[in-house]
Amino acid sequence: METKPDINIDRSIGDFHYDVDYEFDAGTGLTEKTIDYICDVKKDPDWIREFRKDALRKFNSMPMPTHWASPDLENIVFDNIRYYLSQGTQPKRSWDDVPEDVKRTFERLGIPEQERKFLAGVEAQFDSEAAYSNIKAAVGEQGVIFVGSTEGLQKHPEIFKKWFGKVIPTGDNKFSALNSAVFSGGSFIYIPPGVKVKHPLQAYFRINAENFGQFERTLIIADEGSEVMYMEGCTAPKFETSTLHSAVVELVALKGAKIQYITVQNWSSNVFNLVTKRGLAHEEAEIKWIDCNIGSRLTMKYPGVVMKGRKARGEVISIALAGDGQHQDTGAKMIHAADETTSNIVSKSISIGNGRATYRGLVQVGRHLKGCKNNTECDALLINTDSRTDTYPAITVRGKENACQHEASVSKISAEQIFYMQQRGIPEGAAMSLAVNGFVNDLVQQFPMEYSVELKRLIDLEMEGSVG
Amino acid sequence: MSTLMEKPAAARSAWPAWFQAEQRAALAEYEALPAPARKDESWRFANIKALDLSAFAEATPVASETRLIQASAGLAETSAKLVLGNNALLLREAPALPKGVIFETLEAAASNHADLFKKYFMAQPVELGSRKFAALHKARTSGGAFLYIPANTSVTLPIEIFQWVEGANASVFPHTLIICGENSSATVVDYFKSADRLPALACGVNDLHLARGARLTYIAVQDWSHETTAFHLNSTIVERDATCTALIANFGGGFVRGENLSRLVGEGARSEMFSINPVEGTREIDQRTLQDHVAPHATSDLLYLNALDGKSRTIFAGLIKVEPGAKGTDAYQKVKNLILSDDADPNSMPGLEILNDEVRCSHGATNGPVSAEELFYMAARGIPKDKARRLVVNGFFNSLLARLENAPLRTHLESLVAARLSIA
Repeated sequence: METKPDINIDRSIGDFHYDVDYEFDAGTGLTEKTIDYICDVKKDPDWIREFRKDALRKFNSMPMPTHWASPDLENIVFDNIRYYLSQGTQPKRSWDDVPEDVKRTFERLGIPEQERKFLAGVEAQFDSEAAYSNIKAAVGEQGVIFVGSTEGLQKHPEIFKKWFGKVIPTGDNKFSALNSAVFSGGSFIYIPPGVKVKHPLQAYFRINAENFGQFERTLIIADEGSEVMYMEGCTAPKFETSTLHSAVVELVALKGAKIQYITVQNWSSNVFNLVTKRGLAHEEAEIKWIDCNIGSRLTMKYPGVVMKGRKARGEVISIALAGDGQHQDTGAKMIHAADETTSNIVSKSISIGNGRATYRGLVQVGRHLKGCKNNTECDALLINTDSRTDTYPAITVRGKENACQHEASVSKISAEQIFYMQQRGIPEGAAMSLAVNGFVNDLVQQFPMEYSVELKRLIDLEMEGSVG
Repeated sequence: MSTLMEKPAAARSAWPAWFQAEQRAALAEYEALPAPARKDESWRFANIKALDLSAFAEATPVASETRLIQASAGLAETSAKLVLGNNALLLREAPALPKGVIFETLEAAASNHADLFKKYFMAQPVELGSRKFAALHKARTSGGAFLYIPANTSVTLPIEIFQWVEGANASVFPHTLIICGENSSATVVDYFKSADRLPALACGVNDLHLARGARLTYIAVQDWSHETTAFHLNSTIVERDATCTALIANFGGGFVRGENLSRLVGEGARSEMFSINPVEGTREIDQRTLQDHVAPHATSDLLYLNALDGKSRTIFAGLIKVEPGAKGTDAYQKVKNLILSDDADPNSMPGLEILNDEVRCSHGATNGPVSAEELFYMAARGIPKDKARRLVVNGFFNSLLARLENAPLRTHLESLVAARLSIA
């Protein structure tokens, strides 16, 4: 009966590498000297130098969270990682200044040059420093600040300092401490009151150096009544040794503001992707994380929303695709800290080959709150016999006027569906691909159009060779 | 008064010498194992402070033997009854047991049926966090209940076991070991009761073993005083085509840690795991469960209902584990929390680990208040709010009891629930 062969995913796609001359390189390993080096190169103010060193102490003192997380974390050799690497300290001014070989990498990854016009207020990150920065005039005129994190802390200290490290404290977890010690790159965005940014702000992140960890730090502040959509996408070339990526993203939505943060990631299967993302939603504010994780060796990412103002709303929409040898450990955290706050989590995962998809969630409603609601749905699809999925939610909902529900299901693609399609001349592989796309379709539709197209292409790519 | 750490008087022990040696080893293990720590995932959300057992001492023989025997009344019709008080046998009645059924104290079985005892007594590793307390249980257990039903034997009327604790800071170590032979069937009701409203320690273990085609309904009515610290570690093994229905009613206990493991080791095995938990005051019911699907085409169905009032706490941490070879698994897990007060603290961690693609598996956790509509409906009919709430809780629990097939048993449990909720 059982005719499904083991699948072989072609990970060589996205397997491009061009030599780049790194002007600044902090070497491997992490000590106070590394921090001083980074601070000197980046011309960090003294308080950031102190902040980094304090974070390094916390990082060194904190144990690996392996009492609940994957023991694979123990395989990260922190001494073999380059913590800072820059192509140059100044972001490039225009597309023409971007080096040809870098442009070629972009093109091979399927990002046409024409997409420049979409890169409204772009921060195309190449390795740890912005390689390309072109803030669209229209956005600038509205008073929107969209710069790299380094420029943000140097030029806008009054806003930056107020919120930096406030949503995710340095000691939140071992990897947020690591990021706080060595962060570089990432975006700083400030939207003035009432401004609704029409174009999504985009940043492309790329990793392109062996053993090179990328530690970007993003801080987005949406002032009262403003709206913004931020998009990040990642594709990484494949290397022999493990690569560590550990970002920290903090969002602050002040009264009535709306932030949508969209991520589509396709890491190569040797990357450890350990990311801390959290938003703080004030009164009537709304924070929505749309997250798609494909690839990587181990991804640990649980976007969260702390709803601290009345009627605040948090949402996480998550798609995870775990291929052979990959572990997607993703989920969501919803902390209800005010009356009438509502949150919604929808997570769908697909495990292919011996891939493992894990949902880990936290929902908390404090005592003496009224009218809080949470809804959580997790669906897992298993493609092959040795595919694996886990669900580990933790739900604490206090107060008799609050409600929450959590549901999860696990299934495989129904043989009837495949039979139906095969009968109509669709080959088995294509039918499987269609079924998987159907499984995630309602979530994919929530992505901006160009991302949903890219996503469907990525799923097709991952499904290639999974049957037949 | 002797403490838990001291050796019991050798003369009082009716255990065979080889088991006494194992008990000494278990005590050493208890002392050597570290106490659960806050960071232990298997003790997440638990009140670790409640685990200080230094106040408890070994129980002395019960003083009110006659009263306890009289109070050991359950179903109208039973086939056998065992009453134990402070770890010692008070009464054994077996008027209607079929031939070949062994029903005696565990201590007696260790000598009389050493092979069965050695094969099944605490044969499963303790995996859900309480290894230390399992070691304490083994070191200190005495009395206990042993039930063996031979193959192709049906015990039609239920068997009842009463295990009492009496005295301030007394500790009891109840053990129920049930072995169901091939195609046998039985219903067992196990009552855990306090003779007084005093602090006590109960550290109990249950082993249920169902051979091929066996059917067992096991009901635990845990009704310790609200001052009692209790551990109940249950493990169930279900072989091919056997069906186990287990229901745990936690009516009592101040701090209760329950660990319920059901392992499905044969095709077509079925395990139903139910629990009803009315909690109020500052009581804490901490339940950890594992539905371990080893064999293909087995079914497990878990439903836990908690009704929380006052400043009570519940923790439900469940896991469905589907092993790589367990194709065609059907596994369900659901916890429902009915919240009656603002200070109640329900924590739910319904988990899944699926290592196989041919499964039907779902889990759910809900939290919600008593519906305002239901209260209004009853208020309109002159039912006071407090009583209306209790009626809703009663209905909530009865929805689960309705799944029991044995009608007299169901009616009996419904009356226990109604009495527990003070519904006339």
